[in-house]
Formats: sequence, structure tokens, C-alpha cells
Amino acid sequence: MKIWQKLSRIVPLFALLTLVLSGCGRDNLTALVPKGEGAEINYSMMMISLYIMIGVLVVVFAIYTYVVIKYRKRPGQENVIPKQTEGNHLLELVWTVIPIILLIILAIPTVITTFELAEDYSKDENAVKINVKAYLYWWDFEYPEYGVRTAQDLYMPTGERVSIALTSEDVIHSFWVPTLQGKMDNNPGEENVMWISANEPGVYRGKCAELCGVSHALMDFKVIALDRPEFDKWIEAMQAPPKEMTTPLAIEGQQLFESKGCIGCHAVGEQKFEMAGPNLKNFGEREVVAGILYYENEQEQRDQIANWLINTMELKPGNKMGKQVLTQDEVDALVEYLINLKVLED
Amino acid sequence: MAHSHTKKKSVVWDWLTTVDHKKIAILYLVAGGFFFLVGGLEAILMRIQLMGPTQEFVDGATFNQLLTMHGTTMIFLAAMPLIFAFMNAVVPLQIGARDVAFPFINSLGFWLFFFGGLLLNLSWFFGGAPDAGWTAYAPLSSSDLYSGSGVDYYILGLQIAGIGTLAGGINFLVTIINMRAPGMTYMRMPLFTWTVFVASALILFAFPALTVGLALLMFDRLFDTNFFNVAAGGNITIWEHLFWIFGHPEVYILILPAFGILSEVIPVFARKRLFGYTSMVFAVALIGFLGFMVWVHHMFTVGLGPIANAIFSIATMAIAIPTGIKIFNWLFTLWGGQIRFDTANLWALGFLPTFVLGGVTGVMLSVPSADYQYHDSYFVVAHFHYVIVGGVVFGLFAGLFYWWPKMFGTLLHEGLGKWQFWLFFIGFHLTFFPQHWLGLMGMPRRVFTYLPDQGLDEGNLISTIGALFMGVATIILLVNIFITARSKVRAGNDPWDARTLEWAISSPPPEYNFAQTPLVRGYDPLWVEKMDGRTELTPAEPLGDIHMPNGSIIPFIMSVGLFIAGFGFIGSNLPAILIGMGTTLVAMFFRSVIDDHGYHIHKEDLEKDLKEGK
Ligand code: HEM
Ligand SMILES: [Cu+2]
Repeated sequence: MKIWQKLSRIVPLFALLTLVLSGCGRDNLTALVPKGEGAEINYSMMMISLYIMIGVLVVVFAIYTYVVIKYRKRPGQENVIPKQTEGNHLLELVWTVIPIILLIILAIPTVITTFELAEDYSKDENAVKINVKAYLYWWDFEYPEYGVRTAQDLYMPTGERVSIALTSEDVIHSFWVPTLQGKMDNNPGEENVMWISANEPGVYRGKCAELCGVSHALMDFKVIALDRPEFDKWIEAMQAPPKEMTTPLAIEGQQLFESKGCIGCHAVGEQKFEMAGPNLKNFGEREVVAGILYYENEQEQRDQIANWLINTMELKPGNKMGKQVLTQDEVDALVEYLINLKVLED
Repeated sequence: MAHSHTKKKSVVWDWLTTVDHKKIAILYLVAGGFFFLVGGLEAILMRIQLMGPTQEFVDGATFNQLLTMHGTTMIFLAAMPLIFAFMNAVVPLQIGARDVAFPFINSLGFWLFFFGGLLLNLSWFFGGAPDAGWTAYAPLSSSDLYSGSGVDYYILGLQIAGIGTLAGGINFLVTIINMRAPGMTYMRMPLFTWTVFVASALILFAFPALTVGLALLMFDRLFDTNFFNVAAGGNITIWEHLFWIFGHPEVYILILPAFGILSEVIPVFARKRLFGYTSMVFAVALIGFLGFMVWVHHMFTVGLGPIANAIFSIATMAIAIPTGIKIFNWLFTLWGGQIRFDTANLWALGFLPTFVLGGVTGVMLSVPSADYQYHDSYFVVAHFHYVIVGGVVFGLFAGLFYWWPKMFGTLLHEGLGKWQFWLFFIGFHLTFFPQHWLGLMGMPRRVFTYLPDQGLDEGNLISTIGALFMGVATIILLVNIFITARSKVRAGNDPWDARTLEWAISSPPPEYNFAQTPLVRGYDPLWVEKMDGRTELTPAEPLGDIHMPNGSIIPFIMSVGLFIAGFGFIGSNLPAILIGMGTTLVAMFFRSVIDDHGYHIHKEDLEKDLKEGK
């Protein structure tokens, strides 16, 4: 039959597909290589349900293949009328009861893990607490116990469950770090609590997972997991007063930062309260500029910062910073200043 | 010039005023088909943009408009009306009726849908299409701080189209309850009619939730109320509940009739009675019922807490049981049959494995502790396209090839049909299979671009290539329809050796359907007659005059009025609102006072028709 020749042609195609996709994705982004307890729980439930479902698929596909091959119409059958079976109670009972059993098997760990993931550490004295507030298209991270605020890079200690409180300034966003934990929504006017944990130090990619406007696709952030002593050091450094600028160009940049009005939206020093733009206290240590502009070395970092200052609206359409009118010299001075906003010792 | 028994009318006038369910079916088919092409084009544009990382084929703002219009168009303006096309074309015939219960309302339902859809799409030319997603979550949708004026078109367009759908649903409920031929008991009803019955009940209960939600959204946008304004004490989660209380039943409103089509096509092409009819009926009713209990599975990440999530999770899993029953019943209908591979059946056979894959990921999605990863990622995009395209659209194509001869009296070209099937089938899996991985590898849905070096490039490329395959397949369908329309090869009454009443009368049927109302002597009534060696139905009444309703332009005028008023609301233009509402009200007034008794087709004319073999 022609159909079978054609079907056999699709098989290698699918084999190719699985080959291409056999990689599990980028290892600090994919949910398939979990690096935190939460993602491990997610992953185990994916796998349990997948195995049960593969069992179902095998049975269904086997019957399907069998009937479609075995019972195709053959020449000479015109006058034979197949038996008009009405049904079969035993069979029908079997394919009702077996799925019920399978689903009960799936439902038990489902309920247990759903409660496990919903555990609330927001009152736990030992847990680090972070308030995550989403803005059109960036992320604000506050450490209320330490009086520390930062943006875009979330620092957390490894090996412990960190309590996360999610809200939003404007529309609904959703906080998703696939390698560490599934997502939870940032709702305006309501607070959601979740926990995340990281097994090992590293930089993990986070994304906004709820359509929030033009630049939804560009609302990336990072989670930086540090071993506890490292993390404590970072908190201390963030708590310290900002360092003085040393070079003349950086000082000029600092003055421009004030005179050009940047300071109206961005806190750089001790201000720990909410402002319209991301806190830049440790901007020089960011993993990427504005969540999306990657760099490898200091020169590229400078270029990317300048790129952002000049092309703000093209790079992230609809963002609330707006176009800044700056000369090349002003950009150079501002870049020098911004790149020196660091809290850790070099 | 079309000819009618009473007076001559122009062709255009005839279509604008028709209340004949068979013509309304064709109107739905043409309009729904047109919107299917529009939605498909939008999808292809999106896939081209996502073919590689950081492309600039369209910008973010345009992408969000394409995204919103693709979803909204496909669900409300393509899938729904195409289902309504088959409901209209087939259900009255399958139950042995001369028309639907309310022919006037039937026409009104079509024109409301049509003008609602038109209004929605005109947004492209007046300041941009809606851009808040087809789910239109507040406050993204409720404030013009966050979204464009297109959302106003979404609200009013869907509101108008929604009234049409609601009217259609009620009409079919009444039709199926009241208009069945003698002997057509509930448990002898063909499965397609059963699924339409349950889907209509779902429409009746689900659409009001959407109506209310849209009204709140409209008040917030147009009259500055604060239902979704958090700063003024509003609550944004209400929209999500209202939307999904409507939205989940909606997916069953679409899939149940597709199940129905499959349950007609598979027995005919396997030459066997449907296996487990009673359990099929029960499964359909149960799916419809459970469909109202699971809406929160779209909201697992909203933060409703583990108790709500766990309860809705288990309710969702429960739906897999009746769905599984249906799959096995289809497989065992094929078992022991004589399967023919005509295009209609190819679509049905393509449906089975594809839909099962979508159902399987559905069960996986019902596990909240895993869904936190899947939700709003490309995994979900893959899942719902497996059920909506692999299920609903494959089912619609099966229905199209199966009922085309009944609707138009000609047979679609089989060779082109098979080309279309294979290209579409392969393209479909190429497009959506890789998306499961893309989601798990960290690609959120509804993104207009993605950065390189994230492991997402290959999957997206394959996906776009697959989409182009589906595009080519659709063009082949258009060619097929064109060729078929030109060639005018007549199909007989019963080209597939089928089993239900619609195949006992001519293709296309005369305007009164059955010259004599048939007596239904069992399940699969035509098959019963065939087994008794007869080629015709047993009549339940002597030949006599048939009373027919007159056509009317009033439904068209009423819909135009609401269309104008909708424009008025969007532009805050008081005269337009008054003119539009006025037009509708005056039309309604005339509808109430004009005494329209319809007309009769006389016995002599019927006898003449019968002699000519109609
Ligand atoms: C076995 C049957 C099914 C199950 C268990 C199931 C389950 C689910 C679940 C749990 C979700 C939520 C995913 C998420 O957003 O995280 C979902 C999404 C969805 N399902 Fe199903 N589903 C089934 C069948 C269907 C059918 C038949 C249709 C349509 C004909 C459908 C259409 C959709 C759509 C459109 C979405 C995405 C909604 C959105 O986020 O925009 N599903 N399904
Ligand atoms: Cu966002």
C-alpha cells in the first residue's frame, strides 16, 4: 500500500529530529538538567508522568498499527459485510479501570510534591528572604533583612531554601529560572511566596514567562548562587557605603549622572527605597547589561554599556527609561563611571 | 439568477437573506475558511520571525499583534464557525428534520459572527490590532498604559460574535431536543449530533462567563471603571477566572464535534458499526461535564495555593478516562473492519495518533509540580496545537472531505487531497514536535525573538520549515476546491456507502430536505434500510404540502447595526453609537410586528422533484 511506503519515509525524519534535539539545551537554562531541589522535584514528576504515558502510548500505537495494517480493505471483500460489533463489556471495563489505576498512581506523588513545592519559608528565621518585584521589563531584588537592594542579578546562597516573595509594579509577569525551579507569577497588588535553592555555585538564566508587553521576550535576568561565606561577603559589601570615584573621567561621569537626571530613577548609593529604575549600586559587576547585552571582557562591557545608553529604545522597545540625549564625550564619561560601580574587591 | 418557488431574487440578495440551514452552513464554511487563511498567514509570519535568533523580520509590537490575532482568529473566527458549518450542514439532516428550530436566529447567529469578526480584523487598519494575547490578561489588556487601542476591537468584536455563537448554541439545543424524526430516540442519535448537542450545552453555560468578563474589561477601558485597577482596589485574578471558566469549556466545544466527525467517518470507512456506542455517548457527556471543573489548570502558577492546585489537578486527570474510552472505541471500530483510505479517512487516521500525543502531554500538564516548568513555555504551545490542530483541524478536514459531496454535490479530488494530507501531516509534526523540547529547554511562549547561544536555534528552524509545509498543503486544498468547483462531476446520494440519514437524500439536498419525514427504525438508520435490501428510507408520513420559512434581511440589518455601534463605542463616537443601536432596535421592532407566515411547497411540486430524482 502506498501509505506505508510514505510512512516509512517519515521514520528516518523523526530519528534525525531526535538526534538534533538529543542535547538537553544550554546547561544553565534548561529544565532538563536540574541544578536545584525545586527543579529536581519538577523533573522527577515530569519523568514519572512521562513513563506512565509512554506505557499508554505503546499500547495505543501498537493496536493502531495492527488494525490499520491488518484490516485494510482487500480486493474481493465487496460482498463480505464485516461483523457489526456493538461493543464488549469486558474490554470496555478494562480500558476504563486500567487508566483509573494509572492516574491514581500518578495522583499520589502529584499531591505530595505540589504541597512540598508550596512550602512557605517566609516566616523561617534561618531562610534568606528576597522580595522580587517585576517592572516593565526589568527585575528588582530586595533583601529586607539586610537592607540591601539590587536589580537584574539575584544573589543567593547555595544549599539552602531561599524564600522568594513575588509582586509586580504594573502588569502580570512570571518569575522563571528553569534550572532551579518552575515558575510563579508576579501579580500586581498581590504577593506570591515560593522558594528556590541551588545545589552548586553558578550563574543561572531567568526569564519572564508571562506576556507583559512589547519587550516581554527581552525581560531576562540572572541568578548568581554563591557558597554561604561568599554570599555573606557580598551582602556585607552591598551594605557598605559606596566607594569614591577616583579617575577624573569617572568623577565627570558621576556629575553627569546627577545633572542629566539619571539619578531621578536609579539609586547608586545608600538609597534602599524603590525607584522607577534598577538600582545600580553594583552595576559594574553585572553579568549582562540590561539583561540582554552579553560581554566577555572589559572592552566589550564598555561597548555594551555605551550601546545601551545610545540605543535604549531600539534595544528594548517600550521600556520606561526613554531615549537619553547624550554626546559621545558624555557617553564615555558615563560608561567610565558606571563600570566602576562595584562593591566587591577586585 | 437563482430560482425559488415563490419569486425570483438576485444571487446576492438570496445569500444575504437566506434562512436555509444548508446555505447558512456554506456561509459559515466560506467565512470560517477565509479567517482560517488569515490566521494561518499570521502564524507563518510569526514562524518566519522565529526562524533564527534575533531576527528583525517583524518588530516586537507587530509580533504581539500577530500573536494575539492568530490565537483569537483561529479559535473564534476559524475553528468555531467551521464547526458551526458542519453543525448546520449535517445535524438537521441526521435527525431527519426540515430545518433548525429557529431559522431566523440561525441566520442572525451567522451575521453576528461575521460582523464581529470583521470588526475585530478592521483593527489592523485603524491603529493596530489587539496585542495582549488571545487570553487578554488584565491589567495588560485593561489599561491603555500597557496595550494599544486594538484591545477595544477585541472586546467589541468578540462580544458581538459571542452573541451569535450563543444564539447558535441555543438553536441547536432546541433543534436536537424537538425536531428529531419519529423513531430517532436519543440513543439512536448519530454521534456527531450527540457531540453537537453537548457542545451546544457547553456554549450555553460557558459563553456568559466570557460575556461578563468582556463587559468588565470594556467598562474599564471605555468608561474608566476600576474592576482590574489594582491601585483603586480592583482585582486582576477575576479576569483570569472568568476567562478560563469560559476558555476551558471552549476547547471542548471545539474538540467534541471533532470527536463526533471522527465517530461518523471511521465507521463508514471501516464498514462497521461504531464500537461501544453507549459508552461513547457517556464519555461525551462526562467530558462536557468535567470540562467545567478544570479551568484552574490554566492557572497553576497564579498562586492559588496547593489545595486548589491539587484538586483541579485531579479533576483534570479524570478527563483522561472518558477520552481514553473514546480512543479505544475508535480503534476497536477499525478492528475487524474493511478500512478504506479515502482522504476523509486519512484525516481521521491521522487524527488518532496525533491527538493521543496531545492528550498524553495534557495529562503531563495536569501535574502542578511539573506544570510549573511547562506553563507558558513552548511545551504548552506544542500541547495545545497537538489537540487543536491534530484534533480539531484534522477532524474538520475529515469532515470537509466526507460531507463535501453532500454540501455541494461534487467530490473533492482524491489525489490532491492525499497530497494535502501528507504535506500537512508531516509539516504539522515537524512544526510542533520540537516545540516540546524548546519549552523544556527554557523558551517561554509569546516571545518575539530569542538570543543566540541558548540551544534554541535548531528546534526553531525545524519548526519554521514545518510551518511552511503546512502552508503549501493549504494552498493545495485551495487548488483542489477550485478544480472541483470547475469540473462539476456530480456525486451520487451516497458516495461513501454511509450509514446515517443525510446520505439517503440527494446531494445537495432539496431546500425542504426530506419530501416525507423518515421513520427511523434503528441506530444507523440508512444502514438498517440497506441491510433490509432497501435503498430508501421508510416514510413516516404521506406526501403533503411542506411549510417553509421566508428569507429575511432583518438579521443582516441587525448585525450591521451592532457593527456600527461597536465602531462607535471604540471611537467614543456618540452619533455612531446611536445610529447603530437605533438600526438594530428598529430592525428588532419590525421583526416583532411583521407577521411572516412563510410559504408552502405544494405536493405537485414535490412529486415533480421526486420524479427528477431529487
Ligand atoms: C486529555 C485531555 C486534556 C488535558 C488533560 C489537558 C490539559 C491541559 C492543561 C493542564 C493545560 C494547562 C497548561 C498550562 O498553561 O500550563 C492545558 C492547556 C491548553 N489546552 Fe489542554 N488538555 C486536554 C485537552 C485539550 C483539548 C482537547 C484542547 C482543545 C481542543 C486543549 C486546548 C488547550 C489549550 C488551548 C491550552 C493552552 C491555554 C493557554 O495557556 O493559552 N486541551 N491543557
Ligand atoms: Cu514580564
